Amino acid sequence: MSGTYLGMPAFPEAAATATANGRLRANLTHATHTIRDKRAAAVGELTDWAALRAAGAAVKDRTLRHLDHYLTQAEEAVTAAGGTVHWAADAREANRIVTRLVRETGEREVVKVKSMATQEIGLNAALAGAGVRAYETDLAELIVQLGDDLPSHILVPAIHRNRQEIREIFTERMADWGRPAPVGLSDRPGELAEAARLHLREKFLRAKVGISGANFLVAETGTLVVVESEGNGRMCVTLPETLISVVGIEKVVPTWRDLEVYLQLLPRSSTAERMNPYTSTWTGTTDSDGPRAFHLVLLDNGRTDALADTVGRQALRCIRCSACLNVCPVYERAGGHAYGSAYPGPIGAILTPQLRGTTSEVDASLPYASSLCGACYEVCPVAIDIPEVLVHLRERVVQGGPATVRGQRTRLKPAKGHAAERAAMRAARWALDRPGVLRAGQRVAARTRRLHPGRLPGPGRAWTDTREVPAVPAESFRDWWRRTGGREDR
Amino acid sequence: MRVALFVTCINDTLYPRTGRAVVSLLRRLGVEAEFPEAQSCCGQPQFNTGYRWETEPLVRRFAAAFAGFDYVVTPSGSCAAMVRDNYPRIGAKAAAEGRGEELTRAAEAVVPRTLELTEFLVDVLGVTDVGAYYPHRVTYHPTCHGLRMLGLGTKPKRLLDAVAGLDLVELPGAQECCGFGGTFSVKNAAVSAAMGADKARHIMGTGAQAVCTVDNSCQLHIGGTLARLGSPVRPVHLAEILASTDKEQW
Ligand code: SF4
Repeated sequence: MSGTYLGMPAFPEAAATATANGRLRANLTHATHTIRDKRAAAVGELTDWAALRAAGAAVKDRTLRHLDHYLTQAEEAVTAAGGTVHWAADAREANRIVTRLVRETGEREVVKVKSMATQEIGLNAALAGAGVRAYETDLAELIVQLGDDLPSHILVPAIHRNRQEIREIFTERMADWGRPAPVGLSDRPGELAEAARLHLREKFLRAKVGISGANFLVAETGTLVVVESEGNGRMCVTLPETLISVVGIEKVVPTWRDLEVYLQLLPRSSTAERMNPYTSTWTGTTDSDGPRAFHLVLLDNGRTDALADTVGRQALRCIRCSACLNVCPVYERAGGHAYGSAYPGPIGAILTPQLRGTTSEVDASLPYASSLCGACYEVCPVAIDIPEVLVHLRERVVQGGPATVRGQRTRLKPAKGHAAERAAMRAARWALDRPGVLRAGQRVAARTRRLHPGRLPGPGRAWTDTREVPAVPAESFRDWWRRTGGREDR
Repeated sequence: MRVALFVTCINDTLYPRTGRAVVSLLRRLGVEAEFPEAQSCCGQPQFNTGYRWETEPLVRRFAAAFAGFDYVVTPSGSCAAMVRDNYPRIGAKAAAEGRGEELTRAAEAVVPRTLELTEFLVDVLGVTDVGAYYPHRVTYHPTCHGLRMLGLGTKPKRLLDAVAGLDLVELPGAQECCGFGGTFSVKNAAVSAAMGADKARHIMGTGAQAVCTVDNSCQLHIGGTLARLGSPVRPVHLAEILASTDKEQW
């Protein structure tokens, strides 16, 4: 890993490599199965889960329908509370705004709360380019950063690492970033956590600028909400003099009463807790407490394009709980890096092609990174029908069609490399729409069945590398029915 | 009650025995199923790969072939789910594209009448004991579309529980996908194979002689993987177990 998602191979190749990595597979299987069982238990405790889930979907849908209204309301409330609101149309603009704000403080380093939005826009690299060092303070993000790695999970970015690997990373790399790891550090979780605590404490106390994302933005009061387990986020949003929050425009919820629904849905779905240990909320600035200056950067970066798509827009309901990753059999084997973006797993497979488009090879391959088993939809706390969106995006890849790109309605051309498949699908449909042709084909297959090879050439090899092909029966059902009228039992 | 069998293209071509078992089973229960020869494929492979336009003629064909029947019964959870979940979507998209209501009407005509076999047995005929005899140790894999899209729940298991002589053994990780996924099995062959291998390992660990599902498309993958691994466990469709009696074993 080199700290960038640029130029990643298409999903099937990256996934094949990951699947062959035994240690990675073992780490992922262990971690995802543990959390998925716990989630099921935590959700099972609530008798009104189905109603909560429906409410979670409905509130987001209504908010997204009137997003312009709620965003303006949020902007006014944040401004009235002493904050400054900035609007960023894309990643580049957001990075430019944040970089400028940091430089204006004269500081050369910032502490960061774990944030998906800043991963999405590649903020750390942009800051580094401007000579500003960004320190990740979430334990797992710290492991990723020290290891010059990329996150592979929304909630547990270092899920692909085990404790021995973490010990190695701490021992070898902490010194480059600040306080070195204690001599003789073992791989006991308690010792590893203590090493991280000592390393990070120094940074919290020194930092003058904090950067965060947010899980929610309550429009009626302009309040930002961060939900976390470690408390590091709270340090970042309270200790520094300047706080900058980069927040996707879909994170807005109208009222505190609406927020209540998500504060129940999120912890049970993500960490399988009834309630998360730390919920930090802040509204603008407050006299003699917390940051002196607060900036909110509202990020679009493809979200209004997704909003214009009547099927795809449900992906914007996502509250980044990662339950869909933890139950996904494909994620479990492919790992997060194969998805080529900050958003791995099922949600990444439907979100990334909407935010970035389907022109690159990896983005066009993402909607196919699923067996459509539906486990993700079953656990999603805001009822995003991920298989439905996957198929919808597959259509966009192979057929093209209308879409909104950077605010403009256009007709997309099909992605490259599907001509042979398109011809095969058309031919199959042609035959299937003519039962006489289908029957003739079945008869040829039956007559030649002793000649069928066990290993197929070309695309068929992908099947026969690991699976036998079934023997073709001497008589199709269709022919049996014609011969017997369905009257002859065995 | 006029009942049509939608055998599905894969059973028609590769697993005719399953179709014949359904005919035999229903006859035993007093239902003479008909086989409209105009039927072919529900269009799922095309639709799920992104070729909605290639699916539309097959939706029309399905609706025309099964017009006039009270029920369309199919031994496939996946194909039943295709009709019930996706035909209305195909209709809605065509309408949104300004191509009228024809496909929506075609969908509406078949959606409420199309049932997977176990739904027809348990919900329409009201039977769970179909008088079957199958003296083997069997494990059951709930295929994803039957489990999650149709919500078959305990229906297949209740039917299996009532089979005389059958020793039903629990499959660990039963609800995990086998990794078939239609074109997924070749587009993402490595992940599909890894999922299949894990499923096969779980199946072999049960000590069962046969693995039963309500979907032969998944069996194509599960059975093909088991065979390649040299396992003697046989893939068998639920219909064939239910059709078996002490006089004739399918
Ligand atoms: S798509 Fe649903 S399950 Fe997946 S992270 Fe988002 S909210 Fe959670």
